[in-house]
Parts: sequence; structure tokens; C-alpha cells
Amino acid sequence: MGRTLAEKVWDDHVVRRAEGEPDLLYIDLHLLHEVTSPQAFDGLRLNGRQVRRTDLTIATEDHNTPTLDIDKPIADPVSRTQLETLRKNCAEFGVRLHPLGDVEQGVVHVVGPQLGLTQPGTTVVCGDSHTSTHGAFGALAFGIGTSQVEHVLATQTLPLARPKTMAITVGGELPADVTAKDLILAIIAKIGTGGGQGYVIEYRGPAIEKLSMEARMTVCNMSIEAGARAGMIAPDRTTFDYLQGRDHAPTGADWDAAVEYWQTLRTDDDAVFDHEVYIDGASLAPFVTWGTNPAQGAPLSASVPDPASFDDPSDRQAAEKALEYMGLHAGQPLREVKVDTVFVGSCTNGRIEDLRAAASIVEGRQVADGVRMLVVPGSVRVALQAVAEGLDKVFTASGAEWRHAGCSMCLGMNPDQLAPGERSASTSNRNFEGRQGKGGRTHLVSPQVAAATAVLGHLASPADLTDSDARTAVEA
Amino acid sequence: MEAFTTHTGRAVPLRRSNVDTDQIIPAHWLKKVTRNGFEDGLFEAWRKDEKFVLNLPERAGATVLVAGFDFGTGSSREHAVWALQNYGFKAVISSRFADIFRGNSLKNGLLTVVLPQETVERLWKLTEADPTAEVTVDLVAREVRAEGITAAFELDDNARWRLLEGLDDISLTLANEADITTYERSRPAHKPSTVQV
Repeated sequence: MGRTLAEKVWDDHVVRRAEGEPDLLYIDLHLLHEVTSPQAFDGLRLNGRQVRRTDLTIATEDHNTPTLDIDKPIADPVSRTQLETLRKNCAEFGVRLHPLGDVEQGVVHVVGPQLGLTQPGTTVVCGDSHTSTHGAFGALAFGIGTSQVEHVLATQTLPLARPKTMAITVGGELPADVTAKDLILAIIAKIGTGGGQGYVIEYRGPAIEKLSMEARMTVCNMSIEAGARAGMIAPDRTTFDYLQGRDHAPTGADWDAAVEYWQTLRTDDDAVFDHEVYIDGASLAPFVTWGTNPAQGAPLSASVPDPASFDDPSDRQAAEKALEYMGLHAGQPLREVKVDTVFVGSCTNGRIEDLRAAASIVEGRQVADGVRMLVVPGSVRVALQAVAEGLDKVFTASGAEWRHAGCSMCLGMNPDQLAPGERSASTSNRNFEGRQGKGGRTHLVSPQVAAATAVLGHLASPADLTDSDARTAVEA
Repeated sequence: MEAFTTHTGRAVPLRRSNVDTDQIIPAHWLKKVTRNGFEDGLFEAWRKDEKFVLNLPERAGATVLVAGFDFGTGSSREHAVWALQNYGFKAVISSRFADIFRGNSLKNGLLTVVLPQETVERLWKLTEADPTAEVTVDLVAREVRAEGITAAFELDDNARWRLLEGLDDISLTLANEADITTYERSRPAHKPSTVQV
């Protein structure tokens, strides 16, 4: 019987298989950041162990880093200590690090792909659940805890139970105003936050094949929000073209050998998935969340649902609690929800295509009175590219704030946070209670919806903008 | 890792589904570089409400958390497990756990037990009606017991053995280091390297 893409990559990395034991899987690439690694390095020291493969390990600073005044000492002493701990650990164990201020610094899941380190058919891990992002290249990539970080540092392997496989096929063609973010939000709403639990998802079908590499990363990034540790897309010409010429992509004969191997990384026609889901791409529309988990979402044209409309008592109770926290009421049109803050950035939507999309919408327009718009590039490289294209000027001219690269308001570990009761439209990945700041209320949106929302001051799509929005900006 | 064989204690019924790890331990606590001292951060936002179940005097000293489905979703932060353990929890019962949280819990000796939702409901009813009711989580027998309730649970033999013995995974893996070295010799040359170019 044929094998799925996930099974092929899995089988190629089995170091040891024994009856009654989890498979021991080899890890090709280990990404580190400051938050989930300090206790792992402590564990190595405690047991007198070394990093087995520093040549397969790379670190960056992203979660704690400020997005303003990066040339000054970090104000929060606890954040500063954590960053200094990473620097000390990387120096002691010989791990390559891109610290704040370095040209390769940025959100770990933006840095790996842009360096060409994330490649098809590799296994990629990081102490961060959004490691699923790298699956966009046909890599088997998943988030791990700190104990596993220590395990990979010491052994370059992980003992893991073989996951089940799920196909999510997106047929048809996405409408012009539907982005990868809308697609993944709709998928999560359909299968639920636990729908992918125990599975590796493979996204496939015509609508997926048409997506750019960056859009594919947006989709795979949020696999974990559906409960799946990993999401994958079979590598193709789009993947190879993205990789060729990048710093760590293979060259010469190695490139040819790599491409030959990569072309085998497709699910066989006779392979059987443990579960299959079909989505009609043509039926989708711009999508936003109204609740406090990423599955609590609806098309932007819809209204806030009535908790009584949920059959399952737990879902009903969850919806009631969510509406109370979010300060929304059943039947309220989503388009009428006013926001205080708009955040464009994160490992979900902080790449250059995302910034271009948002800039094209705010260009010649003004951010609405009383709305704060933060634009945080996913990496220094993304920021430099945006500056080269003049996007930073477009954002600042519209009244948005152009910031330094990092995770920023996605999780508010740095000073970029929502105040209690404040409401955001955010291109990030989690609308959990307090995620962006204590008492903050988050609506997950695409960069396009974020930009239109910033201009109008309420949840909106670019189609809601009229020429008069642009004229006002010119007159102002 | 601390070994787990069997544990008996009072319970905290947490009638919520989708308890994400941001609720279990908020991000600002993640700046700490140790594995301990997270107890005050556990469910920090919810504990501001004096009626929150963890704040009720009759729940003080309880060691078994009984939660709704999809417990531990979201961030991979192992700090969520440490916070539960630092606070004093020895086991968590739910009808479904997020994968990464489950893996983290078993690596630290916090036993996560999957039981059908109807059994979770019965445990909720029992422990809400009688806060002194004790719940036994028996890994040897793979069974949860409380007054009027006996429920078998599944955990694969290998994970159970490692928990019962309190084994260190890294040492187990390094016992097979020769296999790793053999595998490494066969890795293709085109695989990525982080050595600066």
C-alpha cells in the first residue's frame, strides 16, 4: 500500500524501531529561542552533557524583544535576564545565535525559512507550538516542550509515537478576497480546536497548490490551533523556486540530488489517510473570530452567534463565557464591532507578502481616529525588504506605527500589550483570554481585514472601503 | 523524573473546556529561567475572582484536577505542567488533552488521565456535592476510583513503565547511541546545516 507524505518523511527519520517502544526519530533542524530553552540548557549542565549537533541547531531572540528603542538596554530586568541567559548558553555550548540587533534576528519561524534552513523532507522541531509553520515546505515540523528541547540538544533525536494522518483537501478556487488566513480560520472553525488532535494534517488540493510559499506557511502555522501538532504541504515547483539561492539551500550536485528526493515527497495515489476532510475553496469568504478560542470564528458578513444555537452543552457554555469576556452580544453584526488596536505581524502573518497586502490597503488612507495600528515585521530581513519597497513610509503616512521585528503583541511578553478591555483586530494566531495583555480582547483576522479595520475603526474587509476613505486621507 | 505509581487526593472540578496553556500560566510568567516558582501564576487571571473554584477554602490542598475536554491547548510551554505541579497537582483528568501538553506532562510525572466525558461528569458531580470526596488515580491498575466510580483508563505500556520507574528519557535514548551514530553516517549530503556560510 502507498504511503502519505507524512509517513514517508517519518520513515526516512527512524533511527530505531522496536516492538512496544515509540520510534526514535532523527531531528534535522532544531530551532531555539529564549523562552523555552533555559531550563533545557540547565539540564545539560546538571548531567554533564553537550549539544550533540551544534551544526543542526540555531537560536534567535524573538518572544521578549522590544520593538522600540532596541539600541537601549531592555527595560524589563526579567526579560533582559532571559535574553542574557540565552546568549550565555549559546556561547557556552557553541550554538549559532542571532541576537537582537543582528540582521538575521526575527521570529524563529520566519528566520528558518528565509535562511533556507527549512527544507522539504526534513524534521524540524522548536520549543514553540507554531513550529508547524515549517510544514509548508513538506517538512515534518512540530512544537515540543522544554524536556524534549533538552532531549534533542543531547541526542538529536526524539522518541515519538507515530501520529495518525489527516487529509484536508481544499477544492475549487479561492475567491479573490479570500486569503490563506481566512482559509485556515475557516478550517479550524469546521474541525474544532481538538479536531486535529493526534494527527498530522496534509493540506492538499487545487486551492492549496496555487498558494505562494508564504501563504502556505500561514496555513500550516495554525495547524496547532486545530489541535494538530504538524501540518504539511507537498513540495512542488513553488517550494523549489522559493528555496533556490537561499543561504542554506543546497547548491550544485547537492541541489540536484535534493530536488530529486524532494520530488518523491508526495502522497501516493493509493495511500490511505486515517481521516479526510473536504473544503470547497470557492465557498469561503473573509473570516474573523468572535470568541476566545480560534475555532470560535465566522464569516465577517455574519453576526455574533447565539450561544443557545450550539447543541453541545460544553460548546454553549464556552460561547457564553466567550461573549461575556469579549463584551459582545448574540446577533451583533461582526462588521459593527469597533476596535482600539490593529496588530499586523507574527509568525502567522509577519512576512513581506503580508506587509505588502496591508500597505496596499492603507496607502492613501488614514488609520481611524482613536485606533492604534502596529506593524511589526517578522524579521529584520523582512523589515529591510519592506523599507526598500517604501512600505514603512506608507504605514507611517497612514498613521500606523512601524516597529522593530519580533513576536510583539502576538503574546505580549514584551511591552506591546493590550490594556484591560481593549479590543484588537490581530493577524496573529491566538484569541485566548488575556493573550495580548490582561483583559485584552482579540479578533483574529487576515492582514487585508486588519488594514481595512484600521481605516474604518470597525471589523471590515477591503471591499468595505470606498473612494471617499481615500479622499479624506488626501484632504487630511 | 518523579515516579508515579498511585495517588489519592481530593479533587478540583474545573467545568471548562478548551483550557489553553495561556490560562494555565500567562506569558509574563515565562520569563523565569527555572522550573519552579510558578504556583502563584497558575490560572492567574481566573484566581482574581474569589468565587473561582481554586479559591474556595474547601479545595485547599486538593491534588487532582478534573477538567473539561481539550485541556492544555495552544502554546507548547512546559511551564504549564510545572505550574500545576508547583501548585500541588499530581494528576489531571479530562476527556481529551492537547498533544504537546500531554507529552510534557508525562515527561514530568504529572499523570494526565483520559476518561470518557460521562465519567468526567460523574466525577464533577461527586466532588462538587462532597468536596472531601477522594479520588484515587492508580497507574499500576490503570484505574481511577472514587465513591461509586471505578473507571479504567488507557496509557501505553511504554509510557506507563517510564512513569512507574521515574525514568530519564535521555538516558534511555543514549543507551542506543550507536543507532544514532549509524543513522548519522547515512544522512544525505544535501541536508541543511546551520554552520554559517
